[in-house]
Amino acid sequence: MIDWLLEPFEHSFNQRAILAALLIGITNGYASAFVVLRKSALKVGSLSHALLPGIAVAILIAGLHDWSAFLGSLFAALLIGLGSLAVARGSRLDQDSALAILYTAAFSGGIILLRRLNVTQEMESWLFGNIMGMTDKDLWTNFWISAGALGILTALHRPLLMTLFDAEVATTLGVPVRILNYLLMAVLIIVLISSLQAVGCILALGLLVTPAATIYLLTDSTEALFWGGALLGGLASTFAVLAGWWLDVEQGPAIVLTLGAVFLIAFLFSPKYGVIRKRRS
Amino acid sequence: MDHPHEHCDHCRQHHELRVENVGVRYREVEALSNISLETSCGSCVALIGPNGAGKSTLLKAIAGLLPLATGQIFWRDTKVAKWSHEIAYLPQRENVDWNFPITVRGVIRMGRFPQAGWWKPFSKADESAIQHAIDLMNLGDLADRQISQLSGGQQQRVFLARALAQEAHVLLLDEPFTGLDRTTSANLSHTLRKISHEGRLIIASHHDMTTVRELYDEVLLLRKKQIAFGPVSEVFDESRLSETFGETIHGKEVA
Repeated sequence: MIDWLLEPFEHSFNQRAILAALLIGITNGYASAFVVLRKSALKVGSLSHALLPGIAVAILIAGLHDWSAFLGSLFAALLIGLGSLAVARGSRLDQDSALAILYTAAFSGGIILLRRLNVTQEMESWLFGNIMGMTDKDLWTNFWISAGALGILTALHRPLLMTLFDAEVATTLGVPVRILNYLLMAVLIIVLISSLQAVGCILALGLLVTPAATIYLLTDSTEALFWGGALLGGLASTFAVLAGWWLDVEQGPAIVLTLGAVFLIAFLFSPKYGVIRKRRS
Repeated sequence: MDHPHEHCDHCRQHHELRVENVGVRYREVEALSNISLETSCGSCVALIGPNGAGKSTLLKAIAGLLPLATGQIFWRDTKVAKWSHEIAYLPQRENVDWNFPITVRGVIRMGRFPQAGWWKPFSKADESAIQHAIDLMNLGDLADRQISQLSGGQQQRVFLARALAQEAHVLLLDEPFTGLDRTTSANLSHTLRKISHEGRLIIASHHDMTTVRELYDEVLLLRKKQIAFGPVSEVFDESRLSETFGETIHGKEVA
């Protein structure tokens, strides 16, 4: 039993996977508070899908490297995000509709392209993650992304919160709302990319929404939303990687499924905002 | 109305707001044109007009939230180009997400952003300004509550407290009385009078025609354009009101 429990810690690829899950979980969990407060889960979901076609085009142009996938996905998400803004400004359509059109079209193109690039194996990983395939270099990349994202988000905590609470009032108090909104979106995209290898571009959204959404049902404190989200994200991801090994389940989906299960528990049993508590009172 | 500038404690001179021939456009649509008014600290100004008359637009323009298509706005002889901590904007309560996880004190603290900046911890001066604002607005018992637990009148007082913490001289209020019951409205009127008497300029969009005379010193009647501006006693009359609202009302409350 003990051997079985300790087994995942013996292999170096497993150790890397556990570390990666912890890092990604904490960063995504912290950032998820912004997504929840901004009520922009749909937008972030669209952008996460936009990562895939970016990878496809990058491979087509530059071949398959770590950096080509990274730059390609970053570029695609920015292009589609800004493109949707441009369409919304230049037409009667709202930004969400524009975003939906752009990302589904791009995603379709990405699928078609990737199937012809002979990278079927990798495509599976980009879609659903492959945290066991993490190299030391990947881990370091992840570390720097996490440190950078957390650094920026905590440093700008005060003006960002003001922007999210009431953008107009924030503007009249001297907060550069528009720049901060773009910056926040950019950081969220980079956080999404950091979790690409672990959970893939489709499930990345779960990691970037569920932790803080769960905490939101448990507490009213803003601070708890951020650090509780980080804690939950880190713990749940780490646990899921271990559980995935013990139960022989794919780790990427296990992470998002674990978070979903915790959310369901909070949704039902939260002492303050749980459904069951509300029924009783 | 006694001498409006007597209590101006910000300085010993008149603080003047001058709106000169201001017009605002949303894309191709003209929202507001030819608005001109001159007023100063210590006054309560009502903006009155039908829905879509441009009341909110004018408030936002003075707050520096909208680019002007024509004209200029001066505060203390300086052009209002962008934002200033001396000008506070209090949005309609329904425009704010009251489920946002933040305490009353947290909202009021936002008012110190101009002074405290992006990173600096709040100084003693900041903390005492915040506490002072909380005390003035009678929010002591509520300071550590979540904003989701507040009633309409309390929400409005939180906005006012933030403006006071900000050390604003001009308070721009969008529909402060909407949705408040009679007692709460009366309390709010009293508070607004007090704030303006201490030497601040209050500009508020207003719907209830029956309370204009007791509450305000000056009134701007508008309907995309300026109908009239001046002291309530001179300008607020039946004929100008029907010009403002068409034939829809006669001294009654309109929604």
